[in-house]
Parts: sequence; C-alpha cells; structure tokens
Amino acid sequence: MTNDTTKPEVPARRIFLRNIGRGAACAGAVAGAGLIAGAHGADTPATPASDGQSFPAPGYDWNAHRWAFAVDATKCIGCLRCVEACKKENHVALDAHHFRTWVERYAYLEGEEKPHVDSMPDPVNIQAAGSEEKYRFANRYKDAKVEKAFFVPKLCNHCTHPACVQVCPTGATYKTRDGFVLIDHKYCIGCQYCVQACPYGARFFNHAKGVTDKCTWCYHRVTRGLMPACVEVCPVQARMFGDLNDPKSVVSLFIRNNRVQVLKPETGNAPNVYYIGLDKEVV
Amino acid sequence: METLFQAAPFSGYVYPNETVIPWSVLIVVYPYLTGLVAGSFTVSSLFHVFGMEQFRPVSRFAMLLALCLMVCVPMPLLLHLGHPERAFNAMITPHLTSAFAIFGYAASFYTLLLLVENWFVFRPQIVQIANEGTGPLRWICRVLSLGSNDLSEHAMHYDHKWIYALAVIGIPAALGLHGYVGFVFGSLKSREWWSSDLMPPVFLLSAVISGTSLVILLYVITSLARKVPIEESCIKGLVYTLWGFLMFALLLEGVEFASLLYRSREGIETIMTYVTGRLVVPFFVLQLGLGSLVPLLTLSFLIVRGVKGRALIGAACASALLVLFAVLMMRWNVVIGGQEISKTGKGLVTYEPEWFGREGLLAAGSVLCMPMILMFLATRIVTPWAEESRAALLRGRAAS
Repeated sequence: MTNDTTKPEVPARRIFLRNIGRGAACAGAVAGAGLIAGAHGADTPATPASDGQSFPAPGYDWNAHRWAFAVDATKCIGCLRCVEACKKENHVALDAHHFRTWVERYAYLEGEEKPHVDSMPDPVNIQAAGSEEKYRFANRYKDAKVEKAFFVPKLCNHCTHPACVQVCPTGATYKTRDGFVLIDHKYCIGCQYCVQACPYGARFFNHAKGVTDKCTWCYHRVTRGLMPACVEVCPVQARMFGDLNDPKSVVSLFIRNNRVQVLKPETGNAPNVYYIGLDKEVV
Repeated sequence: METLFQAAPFSGYVYPNETVIPWSVLIVVYPYLTGLVAGSFTVSSLFHVFGMEQFRPVSRFAMLLALCLMVCVPMPLLLHLGHPERAFNAMITPHLTSAFAIFGYAASFYTLLLLVENWFVFRPQIVQIANEGTGPLRWICRVLSLGSNDLSEHAMHYDHKWIYALAVIGIPAALGLHGYVGFVFGSLKSREWWSSDLMPPVFLLSAVISGTSLVILLYVITSLARKVPIEESCIKGLVYTLWGFLMFALLLEGVEFASLLYRSREGIETIMTYVTGRLVVPFFVLQLGLGSLVPLLTLSFLIVRGVKGRALIGAACASALLVLFAVLMMRWNVVIGGQEISKTGKGLVTYEPEWFGREGLLAAGSVLCMPMILMFLATRIVTPWAEESRAALLRGRAAS
C-alpha cells in the first residue's frame, strides 16, 4: 500500500498549497499535486483526538473499511461509563455542556402523553453527580409511576451526506473513505457554521482550541485496531462498532438481524449510527 | 481562570451541546451591516443609474456611506471566529459546497467595486484639493488621486461612464451579497426557524428599508449640523422608497411566518411556546408593532395627506429611526431566535448576552459605531454633500 491511498483528498490539496508556500511548487507542480502530497507521508493533518502520533496509523488501509456504529437502546442502562470514557480518552472539557457522546433518558409517567426527557446538563442530574465533572442520572422518578422508560445513547452519526461537511467554508471538516467525518483542527477557522448545520447537536465549540469538535468514533483507536472508547467500556454491549465491508462484523450482523432505524432520516444526511429500541418521541 | 464559555439556561429537552449558543450578538450585527450597505447603495443607484433627480442630494453621501459600512462588515465575523488569523483559509481553499465559501470573494469584489466607484465619484474633489489645498490633506489627496489629475471635459465624461457602469454592476452585487446572507441562514435544514426559501428576499427587502432609513436620518442630521436647508423633494422621494419597500418587507415576512406556523411540522408546539412567550416583546411588540406598523402608518399618513415642511422631515426621521430599530430586531429575532429553539423540537434555550468580552454587547455596539466614525473621517477629506464641494470651500476661503 502506498501513502497516496491513505491520504485524505482535502488535506492533499492543503499540503499542495503548503508546498507552494515553501517555494517548492511551480506551474508544472499543479498537475503533480498528488505526487507532491504523496512524497510527504509524515506531513499529515491534525490528529483528531488526544494522542495520535500519525494519522491514520501506519499500515492502516482506509480503502479496505467502511465503519459503522450500532446502538441497541434496549440494552442501555444509563450508567454513563461511555460518557466518562469518551471525555477521558478525547480530553473533552469536563463540564455538562460539551459532549462527544451523551445519553438521553426518556420516561413516560402514568397519565402523561409526552415523555420526560433529560440528559447530562439537567441541573437535577448535575446535583446528583455532585459536580459538572461527573455524570449520573438522578433517581428522580423513584416516587412517580413510570409506565415506560429507556435510555438512548447519542453520538456523531458520521453521516454519508453530512450537512456539517457541506457547510464548512474551508473544508476543514471532511469525510474519509472509511466512513468517518473528521475535523482538521489546524485548519478549522472556528466559525461554527457546522455546529448550526448538524441536526443532531453532535458538534460543539472547543473553547480552549478555538475550533469545533465532535465525536470521531475514536479514529485514533480504530486505525490501530482498537474499538472506540465508549464501545470498549459499555458493560452491556449496547454500543457496537464494526466494518460494513466485513459481513460477519458485529454491525453487519446487527443490521442484518434487526429492523434498524436511524435518527432524523428526513434530513437526508444518511446517518451511520444504526439503532434498535427507539421510540416515536426520540429526537 | 477566565470562563471560556457561558452556559445558557434552558427549558424542556435540548441537546447537551446546545446549552452553549454558537452565534452571538456579533452575528446579529453582521447581516445588519451588510443590509445597510445594500440599502444605502440602492438609494445611491436611484440617482446614478435610474437618474431620479430628487435623490441627487444624497447620492454621493449614500455611496460613501456604503463603502464605510462595507469596510466594517468583516469585523463582526473576525471577532467571532475562533481563529481569525485563519480567516483567509476560506479564500485560499474555498469549500465550494458551503453557502459561506464564496462570501470572502463576493465581499472582496463588492468592496473593490465600492472603492473604485467612490474614487470616480470623488476624483474631481480629490484632484482639486491635491492642486489647491494645503497641509497634510493636500498630500493625502495627492496619494488618493493616484496621479490621475485630468479634469477635462473628456476625462469627466469618461468618469461618468465608469460611475454609471459600476453602479449598474453594483446593484445586483449589493443585493446579491445580501440575499446571499439570507441564504446562509435559509439553507440550513437543521433549524426550522431558519429553513425557508423566503429568507433571502426577506433579508433583501429589510436591507433596502434599513439602508434608506439610515440615509434619511444621516442626511437630516448632517444638514442640520451644517445649517443647510434640507431638500424636501429628496426627503419625499426617500419616504416613498421606504414606504414601498417596507410594505413588501412586511408582506414577505408575514408570509414566511405564516407558512412556518401553517406547515406546523414536528416541534411546532415548542415553536408556538416560543412565539407566544419569549418572542412576544422582541417580535410582536418591538419589531412588528413599534418598528414596522407605526412607521408604515406614519409614512402612509405623510404620503396620503401630502405633509410638508418640518412635520414631514420630523416624521420621516422618526419613522426611519424606528425602521432601523425594527431591522436590527429582525436580525436578532432570526439569528438568536433560531438558536433559542432547540433542534430537538422539545426545548428552548435562552441567550443571555454578555456586556463585555469579545462577543459582548459592547463589542457589537463598537462595530456598529465604526462605520459612523469612518464616515466622519471620510468627510474630513471629501465632501459628499451635493450643494457644495471641498474645492468650492477652499476657493471661498482663498477669496476671503
């Protein structure tokens, strides 16, 4: 496998421009942009997560995979280990307002048509956790008659037609060949147009870095043969991750064996997080 | 440690990341400024392109005003960006699927057009000061004249052809630039409040009324300050322009609002809670009532009754001030309103603007004041008033 095949298309263009800046380019180099980009294998774009040394990992063939995420909402117990693991793994701000992944709780109380929905920023949950740096669902319905209640884990859907990528004015956020939507933190101007465009509320502003941020499905782990942190720590296998190119992967089997749903299909974004156990009120 | 963000209070269920509002009051100011540019340029073109004589007194003034406003348009955006030093990335590698990718080019083109147009309009004055003036102003004008000192009839005829051509190109450019700002919001399918095909024309018409209002107000204020008579025919023409466009603006906004409610898509309950709750004062009372209907009725009265003199000027100014306020409120209600309604359709967020800080009210207010400061400085060099010119003043001084 050559470096050319592992280079994302957008960063290649950027590397080309960088080379122009170095005086290395001339008119003829325009045609050879790909070659120039390929010659600088180590000169890769920003690491998307905490500690990636190279991007993607050496030996990883991004043409060989088509990753997808699956959630069995019927299994989720709302323990929020996934949220904590994600925050730690990806150095997400420890507060109740910035999440790469979160869990929603839906509770139908007796005699009520609409469910009560809450999540991490809810003051009652913050109080139960003791601080904004810890995450817990308060036992707030212990005295109520709950007819139905369930949890729904949420994260970036790494859509096939991502609205966030569409609106990015610089191309700092892009779709990779193996199915991820990533952000080049060294190129993002921090306009937050993508934050507005995402219908799932999956994006947020990283105030420390001045750029937008979101779940990467732990690209730095996946390209090294590991599972995303949230999948790794889930005690009930409510979160699954796998390669759609592999018919025996857990996600391929999940999609084949279940009648799966995606969130907000009407947006046309074609999300790639597949759910079972949703409800009409899940947003 | 400095607080990096301000968490917004919320009710109902909103996505956790929505509790920090992405676009602040600066993004309210940004379309407001571009709207004022488009509006004042339109007023200027009514004379330069359409040859409507009654607008002669304000045509050059409106042209210079458009330039001073346009120069400030990038300021709120740059203040807002997380990495303003990377702003040119959008121009170096424009991501062409983005509704915002072309903004840098469109804005640069239009700024350049305004610069050249203003240069042609004020060239005779600049050359005269460069030849006859004294002190540093003479040197400034020598530089500004770019060595083009020919004021012969042939040269002036040539200038006029350019002024006309640039004004003709400028109209679609100005209106396009602002309609495009409307598209930036209207094309987002993630927010029901914004997602509308009518957003570009709504932005456009409100731009024209805000620009016309600013021209009315500044024309009257500067005329009073200079103790020169105010051309009533000009005020009347501006009143007609404002009245006509205000009707269309109100109509379109009404249609847009009605369709949103009538379509009643998912989340309409939350939108209705918002509309009948938090939105009552900023939208119904301030924007629609005080800022739009009151001036519309006033202007209608002025036109129907044929009011003249000080009453006309006073009422026109009051209406202009109200319309300026209404359009600012419209920008606020669109930009902030859209973000206060959660994407979940199940909750509302409350934007609480900060006073100080990079994205605070003080910064936004300063950005709004900048064009006026620039305008003041520009009028120290050239004179945009129709009835006099700097050169005439200089000659007068020399004679005395």
